[in-house]
Amino acid sequence: MLGRLNLEAFQHDMLQTGGVVTLLVIGLGAVGALTYFKKWRWLWTNWLTTLDPKKIGVMYLLVATGMLLRGVMDAAMLRGQQALSSGANQGFLDSSHFQQIFSAHGTIMIFFVAMGFMFGLINLILPLQIGARDVAFPFLNSVGFWLFTAGMLLINASLIVGEFAAAGWLSYPPLSGLEYSPGVGVDYWIWSLQIAGVGSLLAGINFIVTILKMRAPGMTLMKMPIFAWSVLDAMILVAFAFPILTVTLTLLALDRLIGTHFFTSSFGGNPMMYINLIWAWGHPEVYILILPAFGVFSEVVATMSKKRLFGYKSMVYALGAITLLSFLVWLHHFLTMGAGANVNAFFGIMTAIIAVPTGVKVFNWLLTMYRGRIHLHSPMLWFLGFVVTFTIGGAAGVLMSVPAIDFQVHNSLFLVAHFHTMIIGGVLFGYFAGFTYWFPKIFGFKLHEGLGKCAFWLWFSGFILAFVPLYILGLMGATRRLDHYDASMGWQGLFIVAGIGVVLILAGIGFQVLQLIVSIGMRKWNRDISGDPWDGRTLEWSVPSPAPVYNFAIQPTVDDRDPFWATKQAANKPTKPKYTDIEVPRNTGLGIIIGGFAFLVGFGFIWHIWWLAILGILGVITTVIIRTTDEHPEYTITAKEVARIEAEAKSRYA
Amino acid sequence: MNETLAETPVNENTSKTTFGFWLYLMTDCVLFASLFATYAVLRNNTFGGPGGGELFSQPVVLTETIILLTSSFTCGLAVLAARANNKRQMLFYFGLTFLLGATFLFMELSEFRSLVIEGNSWRRSGFLSAFFTLVGTHGLHITVGLIWIAVMMIRTLKMRGRKFSETSLKRLLMLSMFWHFLDLIWIFIFTFVYLMGGVQL
Repeated sequence: MLGRLNLEAFQHDMLQTGGVVTLLVIGLGAVGALTYFKKWRWLWTNWLTTLDPKKIGVMYLLVATGMLLRGVMDAAMLRGQQALSSGANQGFLDSSHFQQIFSAHGTIMIFFVAMGFMFGLINLILPLQIGARDVAFPFLNSVGFWLFTAGMLLINASLIVGEFAAAGWLSYPPLSGLEYSPGVGVDYWIWSLQIAGVGSLLAGINFIVTILKMRAPGMTLMKMPIFAWSVLDAMILVAFAFPILTVTLTLLALDRLIGTHFFTSSFGGNPMMYINLIWAWGHPEVYILILPAFGVFSEVVATMSKKRLFGYKSMVYALGAITLLSFLVWLHHFLTMGAGANVNAFFGIMTAIIAVPTGVKVFNWLLTMYRGRIHLHSPMLWFLGFVVTFTIGGAAGVLMSVPAIDFQVHNSLFLVAHFHTMIIGGVLFGYFAGFTYWFPKIFGFKLHEGLGKCAFWLWFSGFILAFVPLYILGLMGATRRLDHYDASMGWQGLFIVAGIGVVLILAGIGFQVLQLIVSIGMRKWNRDISGDPWDGRTLEWSVPSPAPVYNFAIQPTVDDRDPFWATKQAANKPTKPKYTDIEVPRNTGLGIIIGGFAFLVGFGFIWHIWWLAILGILGVITTVIIRTTDEHPEYTITAKEVARIEAEAKSRYA
Repeated sequence: MNETLAETPVNENTSKTTFGFWLYLMTDCVLFASLFATYAVLRNNTFGGPGGGELFSQPVVLTETIILLTSSFTCGLAVLAARANNKRQMLFYFGLTFLLGATFLFMELSEFRSLVIEGNSWRRSGFLSAFFTLVGTHGLHITVGLIWIAVMMIRTLKMRGRKFSETSLKRLLMLSMFWHFLDLIWIFIFTFVYLMGGVQL
């Protein structure tokens, strides 16, 4: 009846119990607060059932923030263990825990933090930026979000029920096969990523159609803001890469569930095929994460320098080149596989070539600043920090693209330092910049600048302290994923420095949380009454803050690359607007229901509770069919209502 | 800003949906491409077990292929009938498509069944794992298509009035795109798995 689920799954030691208690306290606290303040109905009608991309974006950001807190606690435990566990001291984690923690850390940070922040920002800003009232498929958007959330819940459920994978964030077989990982850990990994991955694929298709079909009249592709370009390229990568992930995870699941021999060491299986497949998805994935961050920086730099972006066309071509090249480099993740000198040379050269379009972008940003009127607001600080870290990380990457060097540093902490430099210093800094930059547009008030700057400096200095020692340790021969090392190695000092860096990063996150709380408390004073707090250039700043549900009362038309800037420069007398009726999608609870069924499917397969999995599948199919019976899922906001909302926003200007 | 631009229609729902569906089909194409690649890597890894040449029965597969191709034809006729608002004809042709699709699925499952009974299941070798997964994934798509056809037929039966709405026509178009797509994938499976597998030994 319950498959392999029994009471043993709920038995935990001290450390895990701490995690379980934290999760339960947060969960029960939220339930209690909602009940006490009678907010359930509000939560359901305003948030859980919404099809407004701006609200879905906020929910993405909330999930990503929660997961960031969990992922960074994992990181702190890992570095704490490594700082202590030298020689006779065994630290406070045993190796099986340590393995689960680094597997969870990587999985959570990539899939649920970076992806979450990315889709959050895209949902918030992309439709506004291209002058659209909505995304192409609002319901699909909601389904995508709830599948993402179902995956997130599964990975957190592993903390309470059972265990998590201990095979690294990409679960290489044969270690992740049934023979060496018989428990439920790898199954949790497979199904949470599978479900979240399908959600990402749906979102990817949705945004491609949104960008290609719903731009404001006059906005040709070459007049599109760079952020929109970067999203288009990233979503094309999603559409090409995520089906590969779906297949790879399915094959691994089949190996574990019904005894196929794709990746087993015998019966004609081929473990290296897994590693090829997973990186054929995995390498584009890192570009999926970084391209929108590049887009954010392009917007921030141009706005904060009060200049048109330098080299717009070369920016577009550079993005395209990176998109193309990202599919030609996957083998550099395992140059040591032994594919031979010619294959390695090809992938090494392709990898080095990626540095060219990336370099073009960095110089374009710097030249945008050149002779600009630079305002050092906190988004700009994140950008400047990014230029430093990204250049260091990029140089390390080019170094490693040389196969001969890669053989020396493969699987060492040098590699770990490299990709953290790219993903923290590139992706995360980018999304933090974007979050600060666009926050007023969504919430109607600005974030506290002083606290934001403190958070930046703590993050930046913490980052340097945490990762520069890892580069050195890697060159000294320290491999990744060590839970203990010999005292004679002489590594402990550097590990302790790295640990201090993590403490600074934790303090930085503390300041970000504080910044959010203080800004919400002070929102009456921080209010963005102009709708254009940074003196912006693109369409999202032309509507009031917070943006109304229909985004634009009047469909804008575009004849400039920086349309809002051009309008402001021309300073035409505003004519009396003529409002029309606007159709927006009605709320529906079917998205969250599909997410719920998907969770059951995953949980059923993980614990071999077959009836539950079948129930979940039937549930998803039925819900989709029910949704298609609704032929008119929109409602109309009358012109009169639009006029009222717009007048109210105008009155706030005064 | 430019007045004439504002008057051009911004977008059409139908073109958005069909374009989105095309994109979905392309991602499905990548999915099958990955499975084909996997099959290509594993096709000779029989681990001492039988290879394709010993297992596949060409006449059966050829019959399957003809059935599926015919179903694509009747599916096209069904959509034309719906465009002409001919409900009865549309139901007839979709009924035929459903029957052909179901026959195809039945033959495929019988093939699977006899392979398993002979001891050549997916557990036997890497080659058979890849074979069952690639062909089975296509079969799963066919199953989804059959459910979809059934739903559209029930809707049509319950439909009041004689005219198909724009939404139903759009959905029928997507259904037929899906069905033709599966046909195309099957041609590749027929060629790479069955024909080339037969030649191999």
